[in-house]
Amino acid sequence: MLRYSKTKTILTLGVILLGLLLAVPSMMSKEQRDAYRAAIPSWVPSWLIPHRAIVLGLDLQGGSHILLEVDQPDLVRTQVVALRDDVRRVLRETGVAAEGGIQTTPRGVQLRVGDQAARARLVPKLRELSQPITNAILGQTGARTVEVTEGEGGLVQLTLSEQGIADRVRRAVDQSIEVVRRRVDQLGTTEPSIQRQGADRILVQVPGLQDPTRLEEILGRTAKLEFRLLGDSGSTDTELMPSRDSGGQRVPVERRVIVSGEDLTDAQPGFDSRTNEPIVNFRFNLRGAQRFGEATTQNVGRPLAIVLDNEVISAPRILQPITGGSGQISGRFTVQQANDLSVLLRSGALPAKLNIVERRTIGPGLGQDSIEAGKMATYIATLLVAAYMFATYGVFGFIANIALIVHVGLIFGLMSVLEATLTLPGIAGIVLTIGTAVDSNVLIYERIREEARAGRSVVSAIQAGFDRAFATIIDSNSTMAIAALILFFMGSGPVRGFAVVFILGILTTVITAVTLTRMMIALWYAYARPKAIPF
Amino acid sequence: MRLLRLWPDETRFDFMRLRHFSFPFSAAISIAIVVTFLTVGLNYGIDFTGGTLIEMRAKDGKADVGPIREAASGFGFGEVEVQEYGTQGGVSLRFRIQPGGEAAQTAVVEKTRDAFGSDYEFERVETVGPRVSGELVQAGTIGVILSVLAVLAYLWFRFERELAVAAIIGTLHDIVLTVGFYVLTQHEFNMTSIAAILTIVGYSLNETVVVFDRTRELLRRYKQMPTVELLNLSINTTMSRTAITSMTTILALVALVIFGGRAIEGFAQVMLAGVFICTYSAIFISSPSLIYIGLRSRQRAGAGEAALAQPAE
Repeated sequence: MLRYSKTKTILTLGVILLGLLLAVPSMMSKEQRDAYRAAIPSWVPSWLIPHRAIVLGLDLQGGSHILLEVDQPDLVRTQVVALRDDVRRVLRETGVAAEGGIQTTPRGVQLRVGDQAARARLVPKLRELSQPITNAILGQTGARTVEVTEGEGGLVQLTLSEQGIADRVRRAVDQSIEVVRRRVDQLGTTEPSIQRQGADRILVQVPGLQDPTRLEEILGRTAKLEFRLLGDSGSTDTELMPSRDSGGQRVPVERRVIVSGEDLTDAQPGFDSRTNEPIVNFRFNLRGAQRFGEATTQNVGRPLAIVLDNEVISAPRILQPITGGSGQISGRFTVQQANDLSVLLRSGALPAKLNIVERRTIGPGLGQDSIEAGKMATYIATLLVAAYMFATYGVFGFIANIALIVHVGLIFGLMSVLEATLTLPGIAGIVLTIGTAVDSNVLIYERIREEARAGRSVVSAIQAGFDRAFATIIDSNSTMAIAALILFFMGSGPVRGFAVVFILGILTTVITAVTLTRMMIALWYAYARPKAIPF
Repeated sequence: MRLLRLWPDETRFDFMRLRHFSFPFSAAISIAIVVTFLTVGLNYGIDFTGGTLIEMRAKDGKADVGPIREAASGFGFGEVEVQEYGTQGGVSLRFRIQPGGEAAQTAVVEKTRDAFGSDYEFERVETVGPRVSGELVQAGTIGVILSVLAVLAYLWFRFERELAVAAIIGTLHDIVLTVGFYVLTQHEFNMTSIAAILTIVGYSLNETVVVFDRTRELLRRYKQMPTVELLNLSINTTMSRTAITSMTTILALVALVIFGGRAIEGFAQVMLAGVFICTYSAIFISSPSLIYIGLRSRQRAGAGEAALAQPAE
């Protein structure tokens, strides 16, 4: 019998209505949605009223997608330098002399100590430089940060271990995420997303940015600030650094760091009261103020090098002791540069250099154009397909068209409740499913025709049509779903947005075909009592 | 009311005979595609080659391509592809990947912004470094291979081995022809193209499965019918549905090609070609290939029923 029970009718309509209601918040403009959300009384449980909305991808709303990667070679270089300094300190403390000094290797340092007694005294101390690596899950891992080996002829090698470097990279990413978040927040953007990706990467997504250049400049800088003294060119305690004052020429700077950026509590852009040049005013914490005060008291008359990312940005002469714990940095800045530098100093330095390995920036205008074009294509596609279905199947085509519109509505509803991201390829996916969604109906209708031609009665043909087409619908849609699922798992960004739409589209088309279509045909049959299949 | 019918009822068309044309035709095209793929090659986008793509629009609506090309070539970043797009002064610039690792790519963007930022609005700036492009190539290749294997496994489980193999032959044929379409049109081949290929894999199987579903059903009903006749009957009885579904998909895609905007146009065109390719291969490649592969259940007459994985009924 061609019957669709009352309970099932109510259930079907209820579920579909609910699905469509879920899409409502996504149909509102941002202002309307905020007002709507605010209007929901607080005593109403949040799951009771649809409040979630589709997120527009960066390719539709405009914005920046920047994938940063910790510069591992740079990190290793820094570690090697630190290791060399530590070894030098240990040599000094133990009073052991290394023949020919300390040599750096690509992943560590080596030195030669011929005297066995001295070596026996030195090596245990060197081993103390190596720390065990702890892991949040496993606790002690057994691995250490530095491997110390002794070779022929009194050779001692200290090598950064593989696990040690991996551990450093992991921690650098953790610290960098915090710094990056602080920096991006300073730009005053709405809803930036900053997340770890893989072992050594950070994905920064900032929607609706007017000036992406600034974001990139701010993210790409390490912002390691140091106050050091200028030294004499011959000394071993100095290193050469490019200087902005002398047009990039290299000047000798003492290795010893008086105070670094970590000891800053605040930095603000300002103007020099005499020259009117843009500057950055800063304030030290207690420790920084103390050290800075001592150093400036002892070195009145000498030039103080202000080093930013291994470049001397200025080297003013110390005119008098600075004990107040605050000061200013000048360096021929533009207003924008002074602004950015204070942002960077407030946010803190990155533990390692970050490189941009992928950048995708879309202007807001282009995104809006894409949305308009996508809407247009969706309307036209729906119109064409609906007209064609009606021309082919008449009343049944009309029923399929209602199912088609519900199908599109349900995709939006499901995407809303999942807070899925709608991307430009996702819009293409919606248009494509408009073409393929009616396939389930076509399979059923063609089967009904066949069964009727084979001599079945109207009711029996409709019944058999649904039953027999069902397996085909499942099989043909499953193969599509498999391809879409794989696309979802391996794709990223916009392509993933396409996969989401396609998977949901397959789901909703199967559901609408076997429930909604069936129900409508049962109702129509009960009303029209036809003697023959009307197509 | 007189309703529209694309395909008449109760046809007895001998589709299988056309394999004598379709097989050599597809073989020749496939060989031609492999040759042009190796000689001409695909127009890979920056997703896979790495490099920088910049799209900018003249603020006064009039782009001057000549001077832009000249200036950009003088940046010292090697060869630059400069193209005009749209009607409102759009210009796209494509730079090759720069030697010197990830950091070197950023200089390209900075220099271009400095040079044209005052007269042009930047609509799109994309940079893909060497490591990321390598990973995307890997992900794309794995994705396509994995999808073919996964679908093969599904069909093996749901149908029988012979049908699964025939369906995969058709799918591989469709992948080759789609790639051929990319070679022919020189549409940019990027991550979206991988999405297009995977969608075509899905659509191709959808078409084939509908026919094979019928083949499976007829196998059970007519145990004595010769294979060629059985396959012909399968296609003739499903042809009406194939025509209608292809038509609705084509209508939707035509709307997408015309109204979807520049960014989607390429994808839509490829999908449109894909619908034709898939429909053709389901009828003229996958099905007739069963004549050569043979239907196991027929050869083992009597045991036929048991050899079929049975879904409904």
